[in-house]
Amino acid sequence: MPLEKEKLIEMYRRMLEIRYFEEKVFELYGQNLVPGTIHLYVGEEAVAVGVCANLRPDDYITSTHRGHGHCIAKGADLGKVMAEILGKKTGYCKGKGGSMHIADFSKGMLGATAVVGAGIPIAAGAGLSIKLRGTDQVVACFFGEGASNQGTFHEGVNMAAVWRLPVVFVCENNLYAMGTRQNLVMAIENIADRAVAYGIPSITVDGNDILAVYEAAAEAVNRARQGGGPTLIECKTYRQKGHSRFDPAAYRPKNEVEEWLKKDPIPRFKAKLIDMGVLTAEEDENLRQKAAATVEEAVKFAMESPFPKSEEALEDVYVEEESASNR
Amino acid sequence: MKETTIRDALREALREEMNRDKTVFLLGEDIGRYWGGAFGVTKGLAEEFGDERVRDTPISESAIIGVGVGAAITGLRPVAEIMFGDLSALAMDQICNQAAKIRYMFGEQVKAPLVIRTPFGAGVNIASHHSQSLEAWFMHTPGLYVAVPSTPYDAKGLLKTAIRGDNPVFFVEHKLLYPVKGMIPEEDYTVPYGVADVKREGTDVTIFATLYMVHRALAAAEKLKKDGVSAEVVDPRTLSPLDKQAIVKSVKKTGRIVIVTEDCKTAGVSAEIAAVVAEEALDYLDAPIKRVAEPDTPIPFSPPLEQFVIPNENSIVKAVKEIV
Repeated sequence: MPLEKEKLIEMYRRMLEIRYFEEKVFELYGQNLVPGTIHLYVGEEAVAVGVCANLRPDDYITSTHRGHGHCIAKGADLGKVMAEILGKKTGYCKGKGGSMHIADFSKGMLGATAVVGAGIPIAAGAGLSIKLRGTDQVVACFFGEGASNQGTFHEGVNMAAVWRLPVVFVCENNLYAMGTRQNLVMAIENIADRAVAYGIPSITVDGNDILAVYEAAAEAVNRARQGGGPTLIECKTYRQKGHSRFDPAAYRPKNEVEEWLKKDPIPRFKAKLIDMGVLTAEEDENLRQKAAATVEEAVKFAMESPFPKSEEALEDVYVEEESASNR
Repeated sequence: MKETTIRDALREALREEMNRDKTVFLLGEDIGRYWGGAFGVTKGLAEEFGDERVRDTPISESAIIGVGVGAAITGLRPVAEIMFGDLSALAMDQICNQAAKIRYMFGEQVKAPLVIRTPFGAGVNIASHHSQSLEAWFMHTPGLYVAVPSTPYDAKGLLKTAIRGDNPVFFVEHKLLYPVKGMIPEEDYTVPYGVADVKREGTDVTIFATLYMVHRALAAAEKLKKDGVSAEVVDPRTLSPLDKQAIVKSVKKTGRIVIVTEDCKTAGVSAEIAAVVAEEALDYLDAPIKRVAEPDTPIPFSPPLEQFVIPNENSIVKAVKEIV
């Protein structure tokens, strides 16, 4: 199914926004403006954008500690994401979540959990909710290859499989769980192989080729929407930065990093778009300027926003219920 | 009014709320048509509401709660059963890091109206993995409510409030209490959270007790009466929120408190109650605070060993007599 020019350009624009956004976060971090830690999505943009390009606004996603890209791909407001990362009151979570816990329920973004693998059963639960409510929504559940070693992966995927829930499990295999290389902790090369154990279809794709991700996700989303149950999509990708903060990622061989930098998903998609005749160098420049401007605007909004008042730490623990007994 | 058991009262609450609200559904291991729950609480509900709404799950405690969280944040009201409270340890991340924090962490964007029902308590010779009382773990987790009913009236009313409410609730049942009988109204009613109930009025000493210990405290109070000691039995009904006022009020009246809980003593529920009394009612005390709780051991199997560690009427009477 050939994609329309408008859709392709929109996907490219989103990838640029994520890239520029993350580079800006890195820059602000270097200036000591970001409290805590950061986990950047640079290099993995094709996965979030390729999957989310198949989703409707009322579809759900669950996300991880490396979640900025998922949020932006699902349509989150960049200013509110940046404000949250800076701990501002105007952030998505009023400064209570930070970089690792961004959610936008108005866009079906059910939130990022920083416990590796914890979002997998939650995604299955959203899938069960869809089934019981009788809608045709779909859930996309993002997680890393490291999370597939957690019990929650086994429990959550198994439940989604046996109940045929509309969930697309998207494994972002970036080869390293923090500093631990996959082959040190798994005797298999492809996470997709694990799907056999649950009786669901799976596929391994080049996660740095957005069209490959898009096509795999299109099939999986369609299957889920038609009641065909879950799919496991493994996207082979690479994080261009370290795991977090200033991690120099010295555990990665230099030639490996260089090889993957050559496979950077953004230049690849750009070349493809030019090749397809849907993008010119001039249009590319315009898109880049626009994306950079959008990010600058987000930074301005976040920087100018106030921090929350200290006492707000005490709010939002419970839903205030006048008298639960009288409801 | 009618007489019923806690088991039947809980089932009535589930049935009535499922009839009242189509978004309520149940999930858990063996809760469906073959078993009706290991303790029979959900018996007959699968036949009545179907297998979709009374859902047998794989043995996957973490995913049972995780799926509950996912359903709760997308518009449903799940009631999850963990077959034995001890097994909540398998789902601690989903209970304490996800369900409890999801509202706060995401800046009140979402509610997680999830109820987790599970039985605690020793006394039936099923040893260390099926007998613990772990309320303190959940009382120690901001974002959760913790219910600890001791009567059919409280059990039904508190469960209904939990299902209708918008906060995640850890709902403790005591496995020895399921057959215990009591009176409940014929008509619909609920019991509020954070409101203690004085189960017996008295003037000489306050006995704070939860769950099965409420019944042992009442039996102890009856014994004490024969010795001329008037004991007041305060049942908090929920540990979170905790009705501190009711505890302080009773201590003001009696000047003495014995705290009786079935969990182990160190950093247990009794420690928190003692701290509340020390902080807020020390000046009213005429004697030291006494605690009757389990020793810091796993629950043993053999009957003489197990009975030795569970607080009983005699240990409660003895503690009271040390301070009156």
